[in-house]
Amino acid sequence: MHILYPLVVAALLFSIGVYGVLARRNAILVLMSVELMLNSVNLNLVTFDVWLRDRLHGGQVLTLFTIVIAAAEIGLGLAIVLLVFRNRESIDVDRLRALAESDAEPPADSVVERQGPAGQGDQVAVSSRRAPQ
Amino acid sequence: MTGQEIVFVPLGVVAVGAALLVVTTKQMVHAALWLVVTLGALAGMYLVLTAEFVAWVQVLIYVGAVVVLLLFGIMLTRAPIGRSADLDSGNRWIALAVAVATAALLVTVVVQGFRTAYVPLKPGGGSAEAMGAGVFRTWVLPFEVLSVLLLAALIGAIVLSRSDIGPGPDPGSDTGPGSGGGSRRKGDG
Repeated sequence: MHILYPLVVAALLFSIGVYGVLARRNAILVLMSVELMLNSVNLNLVTFDVWLRDRLHGGQVLTLFTIVIAAAEIGLGLAIVLLVFRNRESIDVDRLRALAESDAEPPADSVVERQGPAGQGDQVAVSSRRAPQ
Repeated sequence: MTGQEIVFVPLGVVAVGAALLVVTTKQMVHAALWLVVTLGALAGMYLVLTAEFVAWVQVLIYVGAVVVLLLFGIMLTRAPIGRSADLDSGNRWIALAVAVATAALLVTVVVQGFRTAYVPLKPGGGSAEAMGAGVFRTWVLPFEVLSVLLLAALIGAIVLSRSDIGPGPDPGSDTGPGSGGGSRRKGDG
């Protein structure tokens, strides 16, 4: 089998992932495009492992490791996305421009959480966060 | 064209086409489902390349776990179910230019470099026996490090997604060591 076929498929998948990361606005769709890029790298690894006939199977074992790291990445990424949604009511990545907390911001419950007395502040923050759900 | 290539090329076409639909569709749930098609076609390509263990791990973890997590994320962020017009940001033409440039560069380099590379595929190279021997004989140290990384990611995801733990009050504030946790526990209910 010519290894040109899987290499071209991997290159096309990677550039499709690049397009998705740059063009999509929703954070979950950005994560899906990152998965596409990781999968194209996996296809490259498997292809070169088969081509070079690696006796230690370094390419395929590294593919397994990449799959595990991608699973960890998607878990943490979705946790962060859900936290952003809980605080900002939006996960559009080009509208999340605030890098600091200002006083004029409407969802300022994280400020309440840090400044209130030990138990009450957290209760207020939790209840105000869960109210819209 | 050999028989393997005849099987491989349609799988590649399906994978690339479904990936294009993932990044261009207007409905978020459809994007997740097209991602299933892409990942399944990739598993088929791994099978053709004699990496059968990697193929089944791909089906189990990606199609089974990652896509379900993505669907949970879509559901929990209350994404629009039907067609929504604002899934693409304003710089999609720049993104298209960058992606086409990336594809042209990569495909040109790959074709120049590997035009004549050929490998006869022989079964057995990626079986569970070979992969198990490789993981537990040669690559056992990265394997164990990876288990610690998974544990750290698990704890991090729990800490991030629970709202009753997190950056708690200062230890020098007025409550004792036990009462802070108790009152926070009350807020959970």
